[in-house]
Amino acid sequence: MIEIRDLHKYFGALHVLKGIDLDVEKGEVLSVIGASGSGKSTLLYTINGLEPVQQGRVVVDGVDVHAKGTDLNKLRQRLGMVFQQWNSFPHLTALENVALAPKIVKGKSKAEAREIAAAQLKHVGLGDKLNVYPSALSGGQQQRLAIARALAMEPEYMLFDEATSALDPELVGEVLETMRMLAEEGMTMICVTHEMGFARDVSDRVAFFHQGVMEEIGPPSQIFGDPQSEHTQKFLANAR
Amino acid sequence: MFDYNFHWRPVMKSLPDLIEAGFLTLQVAALAMLFGIVIGLGLALIRLHLRGPLYWFATAWVELARNTPALFQLFFFGFGLGAFGLHLMPYSIVLAGLSFNCAGYLAENFRGGFQAIPDTQIRAARSLGMSAVQAYVRIVIPQVLRVVYHPMTNQMVWAVLMSSLGMLVGFRELSGETQFFASRTFRIFEYFAVTAVIYYVIVKVILGASRLLATRLFRY
Repeated sequence: MIEIRDLHKYFGALHVLKGIDLDVEKGEVLSVIGASGSGKSTLLYTINGLEPVQQGRVVVDGVDVHAKGTDLNKLRQRLGMVFQQWNSFPHLTALENVALAPKIVKGKSKAEAREIAAAQLKHVGLGDKLNVYPSALSGGQQQRLAIARALAMEPEYMLFDEATSALDPELVGEVLETMRMLAEEGMTMICVTHEMGFARDVSDRVAFFHQGVMEEIGPPSQIFGDPQSEHTQKFLANAR
Repeated sequence: MFDYNFHWRPVMKSLPDLIEAGFLTLQVAALAMLFGIVIGLGLALIRLHLRGPLYWFATAWVELARNTPALFQLFFFGFGLGAFGLHLMPYSIVLAGLSFNCAGYLAENFRGGFQAIPDTQIRAARSLGMSAVQAYVRIVIPQVLRVVYHPMTNQMVWAVLMSSLGMLVGFRELSGETQFFASRTFRIFEYFAVTAVIYYVIVKVILGASRLLATRLFRY
């Protein structure tokens, strides 16, 4: 379980997270929506420790992420992350992209790592692209490659940072389909997203962020059907 | 009006010596590149990540190597150090001078190469649990190598050609050897013409080998 308590994050003088309190249970799918600059992506980066925080705590399965002496490299094996700009490693084939971390981080044998990688690529529908370099893949395929790469570490949680925002419209569907599949398999997911349809259909809860504050959180039916905060109402009206 | 008689025989007689000197040229250039790569990588990383005295040292190195004549750099290691009582062998003078020069140029190539790799690549690697060192060795450096590969090949060619300055500090590499024979026989044109062909062949071999290696290294 992920527990976030009174979390504050500053970029210099800019106060981007203003006291976030949030629990995410195992097996839950949480969508985080809100305007650009509302702090929702930053929240993800504080959960796996890619961004330090100035106040408050993030605890993942009992491990305080930002405490001194926390082994972040070990913790990050529990937290898969998928980025907006997919960030595939261009000098490695699809198979090597996925097999690298299991091999050098988890110490799996080469054969074992390749087996895991092949299975995960098949899982996301790239079973016929094992030996292809990312430059020969579409954006949607590269994003699915990134998902397979994160899954190969057998994480407990998956963090999606606007996984479809940089894709051409016709490629969004295949990535959302893959995310939907993971949700159905019971993966715990936090999805920062602008895809309102996905947030409504797939999430257990939806959180709305506005200027560094989590203004509202609840089941999708309530957030989309009966938003309480004025900002949520305005945002959703414009998003439709 | 044109009554010069070509005499190629003496050149042909000393051809084996010239070719041997050609290998010496290749050797000193290759060694200078090796030192240049190691030192240049260090200078680039210092200039990217450090401030203070080390930064200024690296910057001064790069500035001097790139903005003063290579000949003067050789003279520094020869006559310059000689004036302080430190007398290097001609081979060492050329190796030191070329390494100094190559390190300066390569440092800037490497710096550009590192800057060409987006930070998000490191973030993605770290998010998978890789340590900073693993991310650098497995993700960043292989990509940098590709960016700097062709500039590095150019630098190798440049090192071979620049080593000809060695004859001015008494080093009998290809040009020095040619000069030696030419001044004994006065067949100056013939000797240097043949030597030019040898340089040409050396450079072409380097370029060909580099191209071949590139197809092996960079499949993406």
